[in-house]
Amino acid sequence: MEKFLKLQSTAVPLSSENIDTDQIIPARFLKVTNKIGFGNNLFRDWRFDKNNNPIEDFVLNNKHYQGKILVAGDNFGCGSSREHAAWAITDYGFKVIVSSYFADIFKENALNNGLLTLQVSPEFLKNIFDEIAKNNHAKFIVDLQNQTIEMEDTNLKTHFEIDAYKKVCLINGYDDIDFLISKKEKIEAFEMQNNFNQ
Amino acid sequence: MHKNKPKTLFDKVWDSHVVDTIDNGPQVLYIDKHLIHEVTSPQAFEELEQRKISIFRPNQIIATADHNVATINQHLPIKDDLSRQQIDQLTENCTKNNIELYGLGHKYQGIVHVIAPELGITQPGMTIVCGDSHTSTHGAFGAIAFGIGTSQVAQVFASQCLLINKPKSLRVNVNGELNKNVSPKDVILYIISKIGTNSGTGYFCEYAGNVFAEMSMEGRMTVCNMSIEMGARGGMIAPDQTTFDYIKDRKFAPIGQKWLDGVAHWKTLPTDQDAVFDKEYHFDASDISPMITFGTNPGMGIKITEKIPAQNDNSFLKSLKYMGFSANENLIGTPINYVFIGSCTNARIEDFRIVASYIKGKQKAINVNALIVPGSQLVAKQIQDEQLSEIFENAGFQIRQPGCSACLAMNDDKIPANEYCVSTSNRNFEGRQGQGARTLLTSPLVAATVAIAGKIIDLETI
Repeated sequence: MEKFLKLQSTAVPLSSENIDTDQIIPARFLKVTNKIGFGNNLFRDWRFDKNNNPIEDFVLNNKHYQGKILVAGDNFGCGSSREHAAWAITDYGFKVIVSSYFADIFKENALNNGLLTLQVSPEFLKNIFDEIAKNNHAKFIVDLQNQTIEMEDTNLKTHFEIDAYKKVCLINGYDDIDFLISKKEKIEAFEMQNNFNQ
Repeated sequence: MHKNKPKTLFDKVWDSHVVDTIDNGPQVLYIDKHLIHEVTSPQAFEELEQRKISIFRPNQIIATADHNVATINQHLPIKDDLSRQQIDQLTENCTKNNIELYGLGHKYQGIVHVIAPELGITQPGMTIVCGDSHTSTHGAFGAIAFGIGTSQVAQVFASQCLLINKPKSLRVNVNGELNKNVSPKDVILYIISKIGTNSGTGYFCEYAGNVFAEMSMEGRMTVCNMSIEMGARGGMIAPDQTTFDYIKDRKFAPIGQKWLDGVAHWKTLPTDQDAVFDKEYHFDASDISPMITFGTNPGMGIKITEKIPAQNDNSFLKSLKYMGFSANENLIGTPINYVFIGSCTNARIEDFRIVASYIKGKQKAINVNALIVPGSQLVAKQIQDEQLSEIFENAGFQIRQPGCSACLAMNDDKIPANEYCVSTSNRNFEGRQGQGARTLLTSPLVAATVAIAGKIIDLETI
């Protein structure tokens, strides 16, 4: 997994709420058996019409808005557990998603792919949307070590929470598999004790 | 010895599966059963292969092919190249790793959340995971069951454990007497319409009260199935005699002394009387009526006879626009051309019995395309054995072969753009049943009335 320390980037605003993983990557693109190329179909049916022409008023088709940070409405990533949603977002080039709320499974999938889900208050989220609307070139600085996000040339800055273990994983590029394998003796002892391994 | 702190059903099952705890971090949770299917497993197998890690406990994994399978001519080779490769990959991965596969053509094949309970694989007190958010279904048995992503599928492959934080606890109580024509699907659609699609996020839910205690296992599965639609990772119902009677004598149910020991243990699982939940809701059963959704998330539900509410936020307006509805509109009389009865929510034998008992001797409306998709080969067989198939065929319904089908439209069972589909599935998201398709979620009974009338009707008039 790629390491994540600090990021400075402009942001792409997508204010819709309750964005489900079916919108992030529709089911018809889940037939492949690898993790490659999902970014092409990120938000497919919001991005392209049925003749595959870009839908102009969708934010990813708006050259005004670029960057490695996606700022999204409340309850992002609800619905299906498909990790393909996290793969599509990272493959497209985003490194951070900012929202006021993330669905549980999506959040775990994102963090397992080095994609930071950065939760802020609803008020802070609204302020970000307002500031981006005023200045689409504004840069944000996300500092994982200090757990802060700030917007350059404004007084918008806040602290964010992240699980201490997941923070270590992101900063060092560790994933959970190595950790679990290191626990094998304990797992086997647990099985013996509980007669679990039938 | 001092008295132990009262525990919830969820606490008892979770705490007995904790292998280790990281300071200020997640816990290592042991997983009893791991269910897999063709769509969310291939990248996990590949991950292990690349890292030269072997599957730790292959005999605790059960595989089936469901999401991507055709529902006609399952005996013929799959036409779509990508779909075929994905199913072939599952077969290859299972063979190579000694994993039991109920693939296409197998007598136990079907939707993963239908087959595990009907084979007795799902049992109270277990931890069960699957790369599918509707794994919450198995909580109906008093198991901790939840959906995971593909990286987590790989974790369980490698260690039979998950690294995970313990969720908070939530209890939804529904007491009283249900009205006529109200089914378990209406109960859960009502709950979600009241508490919203994210009030369960971060929580594991227990459903309690006489309404759930009196429900069949099929009904409890429908309720727990949709826990994820209110954001909860899973939902549970305390195991009781109904649970034990359902499991007994099924293929993988314990027998002899093991059965007696099992039941004795399962009886200790229900929530202790004084246990405290982090959040609790109470509903009166008599307030619930047959439900229908009008928007693009499962929380946007109303009583069939109610008007669509008016709300002035962009997401709500966008949703109504997609659906082609307006605020204050009444849905009664809306013409419907597609009816889908299937999915892990409502494709068990009880669901088809309800549909058959209503449509017996009736004809579907000419404009309606009505699809019956059994949840498993065993359900399909039972439909034949109970001669429900004749009723469906005589009424002009199409009976298909088992799979997820039009619930997520990965195969050819797609609803055309702009068409309304009254569906017994679990999600009305934009494009869920096909690009531009408009889904209205209901119970199997409501879906049956729509198929016959060709439009949405008030159940009081039937």
